Amino acid sequence: MIRDITLGQYYPGSSWIHKLDPRVKILATLLYIVALFVIHKFSGFIVAFVALEAVIIISKVPRKFIWRGLKPVLLIIAFTLLINMFMIKGEVLWQMGFLHITREGLRTAAFMGIRLVLLIIGSSMLTLTTRPIGLTDGIEALLSPFKKLGLPAHELAMMMTIALRFIPTLLEETDKIIKAQQARGADFESGNILRRAKALVPILVPLFISAFRIAQDLAMAMEARCYGGSVKRTRMNEMKMGSRDLVAALLFMVFLALIILQRVFMG
Amino acid sequence: MIEVKNLTHIYSEDLPHQQKALEDVSFTAGDGEFVGIIGHTGSGKSTLLQHLNGLLKPKTGTIIVDGLDITDKKTSMIEVRKKVGLVFQYPEYQLFEETVAKDVAFGPKNLGLSQEEIDERVRQSITAVGLDYDAIKNMSPFELSGGQKRRVAIAGVIAMNPDVLILDEPTAGLNPKAHQDILNLVTGIHGQGNRTVILVSHNMNDIARICDRVLVMDKGRLAMNGTPKEVFAREEELKSMGLALPDAAEITSRLRKAGMNINEICLTIEEAAEEIAKVRK
Repeated sequence: MIRDITLGQYYPGSSWIHKLDPRVKILATLLYIVALFVIHKFSGFIVAFVALEAVIIISKVPRKFIWRGLKPVLLIIAFTLLINMFMIKGEVLWQMGFLHITREGLRTAAFMGIRLVLLIIGSSMLTLTTRPIGLTDGIEALLSPFKKLGLPAHELAMMMTIALRFIPTLLEETDKIIKAQQARGADFESGNILRRAKALVPILVPLFISAFRIAQDLAMAMEARCYGGSVKRTRMNEMKMGSRDLVAALLFMVFLALIILQRVFMG
Repeated sequence: MIEVKNLTHIYSEDLPHQQKALEDVSFTAGDGEFVGIIGHTGSGKSTLLQHLNGLLKPKTGTIIVDGLDITDKKTSMIEVRKKVGLVFQYPEYQLFEETVAKDVAFGPKNLGLSQEEIDERVRQSITAVGLDYDAIKNMSPFELSGGQKRRVAIAGVIAMNPDVLILDEPTAGLNPKAHQDILNLVTGIHGQGNRTVILVSHNMNDIARICDRVLVMDKGRLAMNGTPKEVFAREEELKSMGLALPDAAEITSRLRKAGMNINEICLTIEEAAEEIAKVRK
């Protein structure tokens, strides 16, 4: 059923990683991604891999879940590997017609592959261990210094929160509309592409109308409770940095230092 | 005629959050019968309805409509939908066409009828729901009032000319006048021909007034199956399931407890008034 689709996948838990301040996790993830691009030798990836492995073990997120997040991007990874393997010039190892594999090509392909996998798993650890609300609060807090430059940090975060909040609602709505049209004899499974595309109209029109109706109701409900953007708004759950976050930040600094040292002294 | 035998349905089977939505439900609804279904939220009413026209497949059990086994995988769904029409809750949210006539024609078109037959059915069903065909046929469904939209949506199902018509809370969210209009429309449709009508409602007064038989769902099971008088006589059981009595039955029940000599179960206010008048003489 359409309701079984999981999006913005959060894996509920109460591990040390789950309890970290979202701001720390977001910054660490961003820096981790930068670090992956700083690394230019395979030995650097060992450090990055060990760090990620440690996070996965502490977070207690089952590997099955992490694997599931990787699946949709496998195709992109495979594509990158092939392009790198065949397109890079150098010492030829194998040749057939215009296709050739070089030593440099293989090395770069493996390098890119590892980088991509670490990048995707690394960033999915952020969403797996942070509630969507925590994520948006964190983004808002991190963007708020830019408010002075005219960046609508609160509004952006609110838009994200609302979008995430309404994914399940809209899926449920879609499910209902599909069933209602099926009850009227609609057929979504047979015919050529054009016919199938046309068959979507009876779903899409009511879905858009529902989306507008829901948005209007929500806007009205927010106004009725005097919502006025970020002006003088306080929160029920203030984010607070604790000793846990300090420890995490220190550990992460050690990781960054290792990566930089490795780049400087082994380069 | 619709025969349901030992129907069981489980949501998300084999997953940690699996849920038994229906458990061993059996009943029959004869030709021309008007059956009401009541039950608390989450009692399995909607799941049951979706089985009755093949939108959901049961884990075990069969449903036979006029000799056609609709739980059989080989049965054509178009055949099923010809026999059983289902009007969902808030059916006006499924309207999508540019004009009322086109929208009502959606169902008959999917059945593969000829153009003349479709036009004829569209005209008939729009008239049957109490709307003026010529005035409304070229209007956009989105410029109608809430009550009118709902009638158009119901017309869209009636146009498929089903032997069994199922309505899931057709009066939800309507004002008292539109509520009464829709109810009259439903009883009117039932009155013509020999259609079986199945109505789900939270309004006990409506159920008591218009149904021949009442099914009570509780936690996925069929808890009661009887005439309105039989069902509403079991006050304590109904209340323990989170259900209420019709107003008339509630009033007479309280008067009885207060010592008044009323033994009859009253379904409508008129009946209650008569009974009270008898005792007071």
